[in-house]
Amino acid sequence: MKLKKFAGIFATATLAVGLLAGCGAGEKADGDSSSSKGGDTIKIGVNLELSGAVASYGTSELSGIELAVEEINAAGGVDGKDIELVKVDNKSDPAEATSAALKLITQDKVVAIIGAATSGATVAQAEIANGNEVPLISPSGTSPTVTVKDDGSVNEFVFRTSFIDPFQGTVAANFAANDLGVKNVAIYSDNSSDYSKGLAASFKKDFEAAGGTVVAEESYVGKDTDFRSTLTRIKAANPEFILIPGYYEEVGLIVKQAREMGIDVPLMGADGWDSPVLMDLAGAEALNNTFTTNHYSSEDPDGIIQDFNDKFEAKYSKAPDAFNALGYDTVYLLADAIKRAGGADSVKIKDALAATSGLELVTGLYSVDENHHPVKSATILEYKDGEQIFKTKVNP
Amino acid sequence: MEWLQQLVNGISLGSIYALIALGYTMVYGIIKLINFAHGEVFMIGAFIGYFCIAGWGLGLFPALVIAMTSCAIIGVVIERIAYKRLRNATRIAVLITAIGVSLLIQNGVIYMRGAQPEAYPAVLANKSFDFLGVQISSQSILILSVSVGLMIILQFIVHKTKIGKAMRAVSYDSEAAKLMGINVDNTISATFAIGSALAGAAGVIFGIYYTKIDPLMGVIPGLKAFVAAVLGGIGIIPGAMVGGLVLGVVETFVSALGFSLWRDAAAFIILILILIFKPSGIFGKNTREKV
Repeated sequence: MKLKKFAGIFATATLAVGLLAGCGAGEKADGDSSSSKGGDTIKIGVNLELSGAVASYGTSELSGIELAVEEINAAGGVDGKDIELVKVDNKSDPAEATSAALKLITQDKVVAIIGAATSGATVAQAEIANGNEVPLISPSGTSPTVTVKDDGSVNEFVFRTSFIDPFQGTVAANFAANDLGVKNVAIYSDNSSDYSKGLAASFKKDFEAAGGTVVAEESYVGKDTDFRSTLTRIKAANPEFILIPGYYEEVGLIVKQAREMGIDVPLMGADGWDSPVLMDLAGAEALNNTFTTNHYSSEDPDGIIQDFNDKFEAKYSKAPDAFNALGYDTVYLLADAIKRAGGADSVKIKDALAATSGLELVTGLYSVDENHHPVKSATILEYKDGEQIFKTKVNP
Repeated sequence: MEWLQQLVNGISLGSIYALIALGYTMVYGIIKLINFAHGEVFMIGAFIGYFCIAGWGLGLFPALVIAMTSCAIIGVVIERIAYKRLRNATRIAVLITAIGVSLLIQNGVIYMRGAQPEAYPAVLANKSFDFLGVQISSQSILILSVSVGLMIILQFIVHKTKIGKAMRAVSYDSEAAKLMGINVDNTISATFAIGSALAGAAGVIFGIYYTKIDPLMGVIPGLKAFVAAVLGGIGIIPGAMVGGLVLGVVETFVSALGFSLWRDAAAFIILILILIFKPSGIFGKNTREKV
């Protein structure tokens, strides 16, 4: 009896909440459409992971996006028109991202979409963007498949702000060969991750092209905890440098165990290392003499970056991270294209985006190649006593 | 020298398997139950140790004692709630219940604190000793000595104390034991308490040695410990110890030969081979019993 009553109350409450939420959304949509009737704004859709498993990426990018839009509008907008954002939450779900993209294009009539943060959710929208001829820019989708289909053809309307995964391998190879001057290296990659395998392959190709030798190639599987036996094998091969292109959960343990076993050569990884958890797992001391490639460093003395830091801190009172910067840059990338397209026509914007060259952004000098892969600089960071220190910026 | 180093790595890994397998094998020995929730008790032990060290600033040994005591209580509670009513049910029913309890605990912990991993604080200064060109860390020595120490205490309890005698009697024939005035329920609870305390200890030691703990950390070590218990002869205490060490060393050597992607498979291939050729395990007598 009691249970039934409770279920009744629960059902009523759910219904009420649902109705209220529905009303809220309806009102908001109405508000949006009425303001666009004036025709003095440029509508840009934002389709990001604002809740769900990778919500931290989406929300970080959104704060960057909002800061950029605020700045552009305060400075008179693009061609005298203000940018208006239409935000949708794709709940970190590719299917949700697809329907959100459809809604943005058909109901809200946006001229371009920013999002999603992850490669998977961006690929899910690619066909809709192509079919409806609306440009789609992912701030942080790093898989090559976002813009290039399996058959090798390019998703004409899809772009991205971040560099692609294999590029980090290339940057790491150049850094190891030229800056560190090492000859014999080992690669220890995650066999269960395409990200890690892609990075390892491009590193190997470019490092061998630069005259180096890969003396050991080992793999682990994500969620492993014991790496000592493989590290013993790597140690026996006597490498001068080890590339570990994985995610922080395993990398933290690998770095710690390697240092315990007396492997004190430089270790290097990519943006998958970027998490405070890495520091907890490995410990500050073990992370000394390790390097990572990343999109951006707030330590970079470059004027445009310091300027961005100040503005971001003034608005959100915290230091920006790479995702904040990528979100911010995406808006400027799009605004630049709209300006060059001479108006808010989606197809012209697409052509302008594809012709972007030498655009100065916070995350580096940006150009687009024929596969819609960005050609841009990467930042190399070094861990020193628990701090990420800006080491150098590498141009491709 | 590389191979000697790998042997040291393998023994360290195997000691943890052995410690978890001791609890498994004990519970199986007394009530013929494969307690799949054992890996989750191990996980809870690791978290309790973490909160003692990181939250309250306790040292290693107080944390170890608190984790063992709490796990003992949790083990008894699990037995009283989930298994006691099924005492006369079929073995498959109890087995399925055990899997259910295991999933319940995993998801309960995720619900309470999220699925993100936690890093164990460095509670023990880790020194490495150079012995014949082999690096032996103080943590490896700690793990092995705690495992061996607890196994000796366990052997003592089972063979020299009154409760141990009761356990052996219940294991032999619980009906007859009851007729002889032994409180079967209390004996089984004691078994669960001791087994779970060992799992708790293993959790804390795992955290110190491998740093990373998370709510799903009990699954794979739990399965490996089960393999170790079967390998040594399920129900036999020294067998679990030897099985754990053998499994750890085999896994390490599989990696050392360059087949690191096959290490988990190796454990289960061993399980299959043992079940086919010597189901009673290394230390088992050839009684016809199915696991």
